[in-house]
Amino acid sequence: MDAVLVLEDGRVFPGRSFGAPGQCIGEVVFHTGMTGYQEILTDPSYCGQLVTMTAPHIGNTGVNDFDPESLRPQVAGFIVRAYSENFSSWRARGSLAQLLREHRIVAISEVDTRALTRHIRTAGAMRGIISTTGEPVETLLAKARQAPPMEGLDLTRAVTCEEPYHWAEGSAPFGPVYPDGTPPLTYHVVAYDFGLKRTILRRLVDHGCRVTVVPATTPASEALALRPDGVFYSNGPGDPAAATYAFETLRDLLGRVPVFGICLGHQLMGLALGARTYKLPFGHHGANHPVRHLPTGRVEITSQNHGFAVDPDTLPPEVEVTHINLNDQTVEGLRHPGLGCFSVQYHPEAGPGPHDATYLFREFTALIAAWR
Amino acid sequence: MPRRTDLHTILIIGSGPIVIGQACEFDYSGAQACKALREEGYRVVLVNSNPATIMTDPGLADATYIEPLTAASLERVIARERPDALLPTVGGQTALNLAVELHETGVLERYAVELIGASVEAVRIAEDRQRFKDKMIEIGLQVPASGTARTVEEALAIVARTGFPAIIRPSFTLGGMGGGIAYNLEEFKEIVERGLDASPVTQVLVEESVLGWKEFELEVMRDRADNGVIVCSIENIDPMGVHTGESVTVAPAMTLTDREYQRMRDMGLAVLRAVGVETGGSNVQFAVHPDDGRIYVIEMNPRVSRSSALASKATGFPIAKIAAKLAVGYTLDELPNDITRQTPASFEPTLDYVVVKIPRWAFEKFPQADQTLTTSMKSVGEVMAIGRTFPEAFQKAWRSLEQGRAGWGADGKDRINPERLRERLITPNPERYFYIRYALQSGMGVEQINALTRIDPWFLHQMEQIVNLEGRLRAFTLESVPADLLRQAKRMGFSDAQLAFLLRVEASAASGPPELQVRARRKELGIVPTFQRVDTCAAEFPAFTPYLYSSYESEDEAEVSDRQKVIILGSGPNRIGQGIEFDYCCVHAVFGLRAMGYETIMINCNPETVSTDYDTADRLYFEPLTLEDVLNIVDLERPDGVIIQFGGQTPLKLARALEAAGVPIWGTPPEAIDLAEDRDRFGALLDRLGIPAPAHGSATSWEEARRVAAAIGYPVVVRPSYVLGGRAMAIVYDDETLERYMREAVDASPEHPVLIDRFLEDAFEMDVDCVADGQEVVIAGIMEQIELAGVHSGDSACVIPTYMVAPQHVATMREHTVRLARELGVVGLMNVQYAMKDDVVYVLEVNPRASRTVPFVAKATGVPWAQIAVQCAAGKPLSAWRAVIEKGEAQIFNSHARRYHVKEVVLPWARFPGVDTLLGPEMRSTGEAMGSGATFGEAFAKAQLGCGQRLPLSGHAFLSVNDRDKATLLPIARDLAALGFTLLATGGTAAYLRASGLEVTTIYKVNEGRPNAVDYIKNGQIALIVNTPLGKASFFDEAAIRRAAIVHGVPTLTTLSGAAAAVEAIRALREGAWTVESLQERIA
Repeated sequence: MDAVLVLEDGRVFPGRSFGAPGQCIGEVVFHTGMTGYQEILTDPSYCGQLVTMTAPHIGNTGVNDFDPESLRPQVAGFIVRAYSENFSSWRARGSLAQLLREHRIVAISEVDTRALTRHIRTAGAMRGIISTTGEPVETLLAKARQAPPMEGLDLTRAVTCEEPYHWAEGSAPFGPVYPDGTPPLTYHVVAYDFGLKRTILRRLVDHGCRVTVVPATTPASEALALRPDGVFYSNGPGDPAAATYAFETLRDLLGRVPVFGICLGHQLMGLALGARTYKLPFGHHGANHPVRHLPTGRVEITSQNHGFAVDPDTLPPEVEVTHINLNDQTVEGLRHPGLGCFSVQYHPEAGPGPHDATYLFREFTALIAAWR
Repeated sequence: MPRRTDLHTILIIGSGPIVIGQACEFDYSGAQACKALREEGYRVVLVNSNPATIMTDPGLADATYIEPLTAASLERVIARERPDALLPTVGGQTALNLAVELHETGVLERYAVELIGASVEAVRIAEDRQRFKDKMIEIGLQVPASGTARTVEEALAIVARTGFPAIIRPSFTLGGMGGGIAYNLEEFKEIVERGLDASPVTQVLVEESVLGWKEFELEVMRDRADNGVIVCSIENIDPMGVHTGESVTVAPAMTLTDREYQRMRDMGLAVLRAVGVETGGSNVQFAVHPDDGRIYVIEMNPRVSRSSALASKATGFPIAKIAAKLAVGYTLDELPNDITRQTPASFEPTLDYVVVKIPRWAFEKFPQADQTLTTSMKSVGEVMAIGRTFPEAFQKAWRSLEQGRAGWGADGKDRINPERLRERLITPNPERYFYIRYALQSGMGVEQINALTRIDPWFLHQMEQIVNLEGRLRAFTLESVPADLLRQAKRMGFSDAQLAFLLRVEASAASGPPELQVRARRKELGIVPTFQRVDTCAAEFPAFTPYLYSSYESEDEAEVSDRQKVIILGSGPNRIGQGIEFDYCCVHAVFGLRAMGYETIMINCNPETVSTDYDTADRLYFEPLTLEDVLNIVDLERPDGVIIQFGGQTPLKLARALEAAGVPIWGTPPEAIDLAEDRDRFGALLDRLGIPAPAHGSATSWEEARRVAAAIGYPVVVRPSYVLGGRAMAIVYDDETLERYMREAVDASPEHPVLIDRFLEDAFEMDVDCVADGQEVVIAGIMEQIELAGVHSGDSACVIPTYMVAPQHVATMREHTVRLARELGVVGLMNVQYAMKDDVVYVLEVNPRASRTVPFVAKATGVPWAQIAVQCAAGKPLSAWRAVIEKGEAQIFNSHARRYHVKEVVLPWARFPGVDTLLGPEMRSTGEAMGSGATFGEAFAKAQLGCGQRLPLSGHAFLSVNDRDKATLLPIARDLAALGFTLLATGGTAAYLRASGLEVTTIYKVNEGRPNAVDYIKNGQIALIVNTPLGKASFFDEAAIRRAAIVHGVPTLTTLSGAAAAVEAIRALREGAWTVESLQERIA
């Protein structure tokens, strides 16, 4: 065993290094999805986190050029039970370890990830450090404890793009089954990048949107000057309440253009509408969470990745809760009919995860069409 | 939506006798459905002809009919019970086909029975391959190019378009029966002919081959609000071309990226919607091209299936139970996840472990059968193993199979023929994985193995890691092996027995068997397993259900209680001779012990069973039944007792070693089991008691065997000790055959001698089951075999009560049984086999354990014998059950209410073309059906119907018997003629019958000219065949007749006692009005 994971409460998990050498510090969370490690690694929402995969075999399908959610791996560190250096997939271009080493991501295998998950489930998400340097556990523990906690941390500026850019590529061939093909790009959507995932962009294109991605700090006036038909507020890392600039910008946009938010974008929507957010004990990170769409009663199996949630008791009365999580009854979706905005806490674009909630992109374009 | 209140009574159809392709998974699903619906307050009516099932226990339904699964029989039940609805999706293809038939014949409409859980239209689309394909193309999914043919000519036109290799699939058959893969025109014509014949609608699908593509399955559930979930993905390691029931499979899928998996998930849900499965579970199969990811939809089953049983056990998601609740109106989100309690069933289980399933075949029983694995199922059972990683689960699964292997090789028992390596890799066969191992060891790389087997490289690399670790271990001894390497080996699933072999540990008087030395050493080093929970959620939520598997991790989650507790050892994979009957007994052991307040702990590795349902026992360990794995659990649980007498030979084989390890074994002591198996000691005991037995002896070599046989006199019955189901049992008439036999049999069980008994020709055989508490002995049932001595009792029909044996002989058997049970110190169940010849009652065999007939006896008498037996083992006296037992005896012996109960068997001939169908001392039946009636004839007729044997009421009866049998045939032939049958016979038989004044037409034997008997059969001119063996000379001839009969579904009787019974049955059927009766009415 040549690597170790040390948690801030002193619990130690030995393992074997399979990424870059060195150390990394972050909040330890677990993801219960059985597929999609490449998407998870490259999802900017995981910035600052040490992600544990509960699925034991990771690396089986290598890495490919289509699946990344951003330009590079974004996790602070990666924790697995059994890493496979040998991979098999017709799309693979290399091994996972190669990718991690290239991007200097520290990763640890042979960890009892089930014990780790059980620990986090009971003790809550906490800071941890992965080290391959052989430093004593006490030193590592001190380092982990010095790291800033996730609460109060704005990480959006660290992951947003520097310059605006355009996106017009759809999901084919891996989108949901569209018998009628991709529609022409008739709408212009400005997407705020707080850590935006490519799959979201692809889904917007699938639904007829031409997208301009803008940096997180873009003022509302600049966004509106692009004459968008709709604005999209993206997912992203960190504590939403700390990203004050972001929900203040959103307040300026609401009512002037239809807005759709996902994940952090949903939390920012809640904050902009006057609600509060709070930290969940160990968050939702997986691809099997049942969510009820309240207007229809239908249940969607959803992809989730969030550590904070909107407090429903603080929502103003004109805001409608549209979705709830059936595991813990937390808020999963909001709508303000008067302001032409809605948001969901989970990931309807999936990537990774099931496609049950793709309809929300249709609802967005329908909302845009109605506002035109 | 809450449950429907407009329904009150719901009819559930079971799947009938266990056959290849439809096994006890449907007992599991049916039992779950019964419980689920009764829990909701519905009145449940159940029909199933299989008495060995838990679902047919009187407590599981409100009205239980052990009656034939035919439309006529079901109509009688429906007319009596007037159910509001019929749930046909938990009884396999049998139940679905019957539901369609009941719909088509207007029965459902006539009695206003609503079909729930599946619509006739959905069943038809899913079953009619062409319609299914059209539907798939309509919704934009890809399917292999194909066409349907009703004649060979039509098939040839299609294959000209789709090319070779070509897949041939008959419509509406079980487990792909009658199908195959053709590489050339000749093969093609042959398989098409066979397939057209096997299909009840004379239709086959000819299809583009997707051989070698990766194969996946999704278990999909959908509710009436259109909520859909994928319960489990399954990846077949053996690629397309091998039936999923014949494949080693893994859950969850291992080699799909999320994009590929989600696309498949979308397709799975789309398939259910398109086919019209409104509520319930379905299995959808896909083929994926390994080089470009193209996905074809292969097929779907709009019902609970073998794969869904596996998926239920693999995930902890009870598919059948949920399917039943969805059928009565619930939606997924209204149902709780039993394991987490906090979360709803509308979710997708996530696994943080790996599950491996391996089929078990019984080719040793069918030496002439082709062992190539194809799209037609041949396996008779399966095991499942759970590990944290693939190598761990894979190795555990191999040792779970109980085929004498300690894991995936590394045990010194490889039988590899290096010259056949390439062939054994290319052609799928039961030994293929051992050849893969050999190939890896001998330096053939993963790439080349993949090219030959088409098995995905990821799996081959995992196997390579096992082989590599094995290489590292070999450099050490038990003393020198480093602790971390030993731990790593355990984490890769190596068993102690494998390690003992690799580390060259020798048995010694001081340190004991090698396996136990490894065990002691690793315990010394602190390398002990941890137990993890199957929780549906990868530890995201606490699990309340103690459903456990072992691994070598850092944290144990067993949370052992301090209650008084008993471990019940299950019976492992189904095999011929040890099947569902033993699972029934184990489940009853749980019931019996629970009733006494014990915590019950089940250990088993068979995913098809009720015993491995997480709510059967209080705690479930899904583990191999090896000494190592059982001792690990005993170490942890510290049980008050361990029950070994209900799981067949599986736990018995462990008895001595467990006892030696200080494990408290309850019930009959292992010493008594040994005594009964030890011919010399047991013979001495019989002598002392003055109980006659056929002359006997035992031998360990051919020379010794010859001496014994000479002393006893031919013919002799020979068999290895400690086997079930007559494994390698034979009747030998001469030295030459004996010599050949000794080679094979000694090989079958090297540690134990071969038993040699005088064979009592033409003797009647009887089977007696009893229960003893150490003091008192109670006879549970006395069964008379229909077939004479020489046919394995497991292959013979039998009847309760006896109907031809004289009362004084019955009394003798009772007396002997009681004395034997006392003498052996039996506490629990015991089975004795008797033979009667020339007014002498001989003891053939004593088995101080649960027998195959226990469930049948329990159903006939209405007494839960297995529960009583386990309570005896737990110290409760038989007297506590006095009233129940007396009532049961009254059932059988009160002449005014007397009913006959016949158990008939099903044989898997149709699965094994080319195998002779003659019955013999080696058991080959896979299952059984029970028929009850006021007369023997009625009961026998119903049992025949229950086994799918439709006895003709008129037509041509073809008779061909050996000289010895001619006199006995005469009354049978007379009866047949009197019943209106026209008699056909071969020369000698015809002459004999004619001389006795019967009108008979002579027809040719096969070797005499044309048209011969086979031509008559093929032309459908023969309705019934009576054919006893004429001897070696005409063996080929007769085999051809029997084969043709199987193919054309002509009832064939190969013994005259069977023929006489059939005549009585035909008479009863002709008289018409047979009735149906529920178990509850009868035992009330």
